[in-house]
Amino acid sequence: MSMPDKNGHFGAFGGRYVPETLMTLLLDLEKEFARCWKDPAFKKEFRFYLEEYAGRPTRLYYAERLSRQLKSLKVYLKREDLLHTGAHKVNNTLGQILVARRMGKKRIIAETGAGQHGVATATVCALFGLKCVVYMGAEDVKRQALNVVRMQLMGAEVIPVESGSRTLKDAMNEAIRDWVTNVADTYYLIGTVAGPHPYPYMVRELQSVIGIEARKQFLQKEKMLPDYLVACVGGGSNAMGLFYPFHRDKSVHIIGVEAAGHGLHTAAHSAAICAGKPGILHGCKSALLQDANGQVLNAHSVAAGLDYPGVGPEHSYFNAAGIAEYVGVTDKEAIDALKLLSRTEGIIPALESAHAVAYLPKLARRVKGHKTVIVCLSGRGDKDMNTIREVLRG
Amino acid sequence: MNRIEAKFNELRAKKKKAFIAFITAGAPSLEATYNLVLALEKAGADIIELGVPFSDPMADGQTIQEASFRSLKRGTTLKKILQLVRRIRKISEVPIALMTYYNPVHYFGNETFIDEAKSAGVDGLIIPDLPVVEAFALRGFAVKKDVSLIFFLAPTTSNERAREIVKAAGGFIYFVSVAGVTGARASVPASIARQVKAARSMTKVPVCVGFGISTPQQVKDIASFADGVIVGSAIVKEIQKHGRAKDMPARVAAFVKRMSSVL
Repeated sequence: MSMPDKNGHFGAFGGRYVPETLMTLLLDLEKEFARCWKDPAFKKEFRFYLEEYAGRPTRLYYAERLSRQLKSLKVYLKREDLLHTGAHKVNNTLGQILVARRMGKKRIIAETGAGQHGVATATVCALFGLKCVVYMGAEDVKRQALNVVRMQLMGAEVIPVESGSRTLKDAMNEAIRDWVTNVADTYYLIGTVAGPHPYPYMVRELQSVIGIEARKQFLQKEKMLPDYLVACVGGGSNAMGLFYPFHRDKSVHIIGVEAAGHGLHTAAHSAAICAGKPGILHGCKSALLQDANGQVLNAHSVAAGLDYPGVGPEHSYFNAAGIAEYVGVTDKEAIDALKLLSRTEGIIPALESAHAVAYLPKLARRVKGHKTVIVCLSGRGDKDMNTIREVLRG
Repeated sequence: MNRIEAKFNELRAKKKKAFIAFITAGAPSLEATYNLVLALEKAGADIIELGVPFSDPMADGQTIQEASFRSLKRGTTLKKILQLVRRIRKISEVPIALMTYYNPVHYFGNETFIDEAKSAGVDGLIIPDLPVVEAFALRGFAVKKDVSLIFFLAPTTSNERAREIVKAAGGFIYFVSVAGVTGARASVPASIARQVKAARSMTKVPVCVGFGISTPQQVKDIASFADGVIVGSAIVKEIQKHGRAKDMPARVAAFVKRMSSVL
């Protein structure tokens, strides 16, 4: 059965849990995206910008020294970090900005955690001359100061959000408040496979270019399908982009890596699927970190882009249906992996992507014989240098 | 028939309009909320909306967000609010609706929550992030137990959707006066009179208007075309203004009376 259903449900998850003011707009957006996605002219335009502007296709790189060190794994890296703006986020923002233009929207708003989605949104707004407002938790504004400058350079207005935990979830609350107030002329460009229908579906479709390319590239190089896919999961857009085109391939073992922060046994992590329960936040039903009274808990991760208490609803479905497996990797393991990849391959991954890399040594111990794996290297580490410097100093 | 429906029948017979007062439960304390509910009833509030604080109040403006966070910091929970309603019911029959985001209810469990809310004396539920299409399961239990599930109409709602929503509506319909979040505003758009009249022609369920209403004049204007008026943020602000003053409930009641008495 094809997911989602007509009301945006992925099994027991997804849906549209939003104020009535937004419902008509969501229904319009759903129709508009369906029209675009069937229209060869739209696809041609999207393809044009992905190739000529963002730099697709990205390489599927055989990480030979890393593989040798891991012994039992042959590791391929899907190099989304080489895209313009430094992460996979631009695949989605390019697609959505083209939809927003067709809808005649003049003002674009977005939420951002690490700042990567904010940068990718500011970028496409500059490219098309649209007004851009980015909501960012005040805590993240501090942690990711360089990305704030990047957004401002491209003409975006960055609004620090002081409410709640002052991170991504609060930025999303504030973006939704703006949207519900300015619904007539404003397009909300959500950065991940979460939020109300049609966003999880639309973002999956736009990011699926990652997996479609990787599948073709791997088949060309290895003449077979990979044994494993590994990607980090915060909201889960790079992971869904890689996973979805393989999700019917029974022989491919799919692993999503959540941020276990200080450890899954502590309160300081962001592992919604590994340690949360079904709940409703930001317009969809999915796994959610919450207390015994249904209040949403603050998430923690050294990677700002994973620091979110929820997760995209289709990941909750993949977990429930056994299509993918979800595991946790701690802050410390992610930083060790960042060092490992830097030294073995000369590639400094984003802290988010380092979570995926960090699962490789565990996977290497787990497999029998010799296996192949594609890791989504969703972003590059330049933005994290301040955090890394602080961590390395202790 | 629950207390909300009985109240609207009574008002209709008297050709009167409803004044609905919203306060955030647990701000500044649950004890204060208890006193406020009783004071607001005396001040002419026909129905009380008790706001259940939530960590992520995405449909609320600054005033109610702040009240929610203060209340949560003091340890307010849905269970404690049900206990509060139970206590109020020992001495008052004022109709009470809980206004809550869906997650705390979902966590509680749809059926258990409706059972416990009903037995505590709750008459209605207003859930801003639960549209009709997602409310199927909860609505089944609510209808069975005669708890009114109150739905929203907005200025952006199409006629087609409005017809679906009024079919599912219990208690009254909450017509949102402006596209936006909760919060007092200087004016309410004139265009909503036409939209509210259109909604009233579709259904016998009373249509009440809320969001942004803060003055006796606004209350009067809106009552000329709606079945009731909902005031929230303006009252929450007044509560905050008088903080922990001993006569806070009396002062807030006086503020409410200035608005309710124009109806």
